[in-house]
Amino acid sequence: MEKDNIPIVRLRGVTKEFFDATGGVVLKELDLDIYEGEFLTLLGPSGCGKTTTLRMIGGFDTPTQGTVYIGDQDVTDLPPYKRDVNTVFQSYALFPHMNVFDNVAFGLVEKKIPKAEIKARVEKMLDLVQLKNFGKRKVAQMSGGQKQRVAIARALVNNPKLLLLDEPLAALDYKLRKQMQIELKHLQKRLGITFIYVTHDQEEALTMSDRIAVMNNGLIEQIDVPSEIYEHPKTKFVADFIGESNIIEASVTGIEGDLVELTAENGVVHAKGEGFVKDEMVYISIRPEHTKYSTEPIEHFRLRGVVKEHIYVGSLIKTTIMLPDGQILKINHHPDSDMIPVGQAVNIYWPMDKAVVMHTAEDTLIDWIEGALLHREEIEAAVEGESCPQK
Amino acid sequence: MSTEVIKRKNKDRGAILAFVGPLAVWMLLFLALPLVYVIFISFMKKGTYGGVQLAFTLENYALFLDPTYIKVIWKSIVLAFWTSLICLLISYPFSYVLMRKISAKKRGICVLLIMLPFWISELIRLNGWSNILRDSGLLNTLLMKLHLISKPLTMMYTDGATLFGMVYALFPFMVLPLNNSIGKLDSTLIEASHDLGASKMRTFFRVILPLTVPGIFAGTIQVFIPSLGAFYIADVMGGGNSTLLGNLIKDHFLTARNWPAGAALSVILIIFTLILLKVYTKFGSLSDL
Repeated sequence: MEKDNIPIVRLRGVTKEFFDATGGVVLKELDLDIYEGEFLTLLGPSGCGKTTTLRMIGGFDTPTQGTVYIGDQDVTDLPPYKRDVNTVFQSYALFPHMNVFDNVAFGLVEKKIPKAEIKARVEKMLDLVQLKNFGKRKVAQMSGGQKQRVAIARALVNNPKLLLLDEPLAALDYKLRKQMQIELKHLQKRLGITFIYVTHDQEEALTMSDRIAVMNNGLIEQIDVPSEIYEHPKTKFVADFIGESNIIEASVTGIEGDLVELTAENGVVHAKGEGFVKDEMVYISIRPEHTKYSTEPIEHFRLRGVVKEHIYVGSLIKTTIMLPDGQILKINHHPDSDMIPVGQAVNIYWPMDKAVVMHTAEDTLIDWIEGALLHREEIEAAVEGESCPQK
Repeated sequence: MSTEVIKRKNKDRGAILAFVGPLAVWMLLFLALPLVYVIFISFMKKGTYGGVQLAFTLENYALFLDPTYIKVIWKSIVLAFWTSLICLLISYPFSYVLMRKISAKKRGICVLLIMLPFWISELIRLNGWSNILRDSGLLNTLLMKLHLISKPLTMMYTDGATLFGMVYALFPFMVLPLNNSIGKLDSTLIEASHDLGASKMRTFFRVILPLTVPGIFAGTIQVFIPSLGAFYIADVMGGGNSTLLGNLIKDHFLTARNWPAGAALSVILIIFTLILLKVYTKFGSLSDL
């Protein structure tokens, strides 16, 4: 949907290396387009580079290589105070020597806006985040949730084109977090501001985002709308990180139209998939809610296991199946469904279109090496170009 | 109350007494009693050959109406003010770089270098400066050999030399509380300020400076108060040319043998210090001292 717009933020070949004790590459030639008005989440485990990416858009870190554009402007070397971007920090970063009003007014004072207008805008914003009449309060007197709202108000009052949020809800308790997720989402839609949101909480990402960029080891593994990320993960990491997945290693032993025959250690199964070659090693990812079991034989599936346990968790029942080699598969089903007793041998199957077949890491590696070789030719060409005048 | 509870209470009391008792006795003998004694003799008449005559009088405090004394006290305050200000202006950027811009390892070395001179007696160090700065000293000899000057510059035995000695000796007392305050400053607050459009200069005045005020106050007090009483610095660096409140007290006790007057001056100095502490607690917290 947003694809028709011009990107509001573009990252091109952004690489970040740290040369200290913890050393190493944090981001590897990252390309990312963020479109006007969208809610984009950078999702990944700690150390994946999501916060570093956000900090480079905010101007708090400079890339070692590559370019950051906001709108049409190259902002790579622009300090934060010259960027039309505001940030909500994980620790809120409210100024302890100022009251709530002065905190929210901080950015407007810097813009030299007339006092009367500042007062009106700050009060309107405090009203918007449901902190009317809290202006005179000291920051230390506010609860975590209230501080959070002040931090959001302090950023939004400046009418930024772009709001960066670095795990803003991480410090709140579960219930408040859930509530704030919805509030933030509504606020974003109402104001039409582009949000770039960093979190390690996949549920939060799925709830709030228009698009999710799943990051791992300084690379974007997949960027797409939440339903695509969940239903059609492109890599094992994405399948594993977002929600629960049963992941089975197998090799391609036959291709029949859009059906692939897959031979795993414990049996032969089928799934829909294209672009695979015979004898290729793949991962099959299947969600627990799509995994089924039966005592009856099932066509296309010869994967057998033993029912190990049924766990009742209220809205559903979680069943575990042990395969002959000890691998555990998870099945979620409705509490009303028929249960096969523990210890019974069962056949495992799934609807063909629900399983996702993925290339293994080796293929990613091949892509990467190809990319590096391509890059090398460029470098060599550049070096030759440089050395010519010396000859 | 059961006997058991009483027993336990008595046991606690015994333990507390064992820990706090020695310190309390020490403070009583060497701090409280001498203080009471000083206040007591400040209201007595001076003995003919030194010592104290047991007769109540207020004449020691009347000394402070004498223009000569007023001049000395005023000069001491002005000098203490300049000492504090110069220490602050040197220490703040130093502390800031030390705590926020360099690695922890280098910081450790720098703090050690500040503390190192403390292992040598201050008097020896001040005499060292005297050897460098006096008319026939190292610096003047060097400048003359290089034909930059034709006759020695008078640096020693001036108020400037006293000020220099004060700043030199008391500078670490400014650095340490500032290090504490500046080190505690949360760097995301600085980032937040930049994020909201404040340049580096604006961020300094709107965020960094207000949040380090406790350190500034603590450091200023730790420099200001000693510089009022540090007679030996004025003696070594200023010679006979600079008499300060501290010198006055010393002279009354040791030279003029007028103990009551010296005691009265001490009481004034103590009162002055207490007023400063009171002002300080209004702005900062004592834990920064």
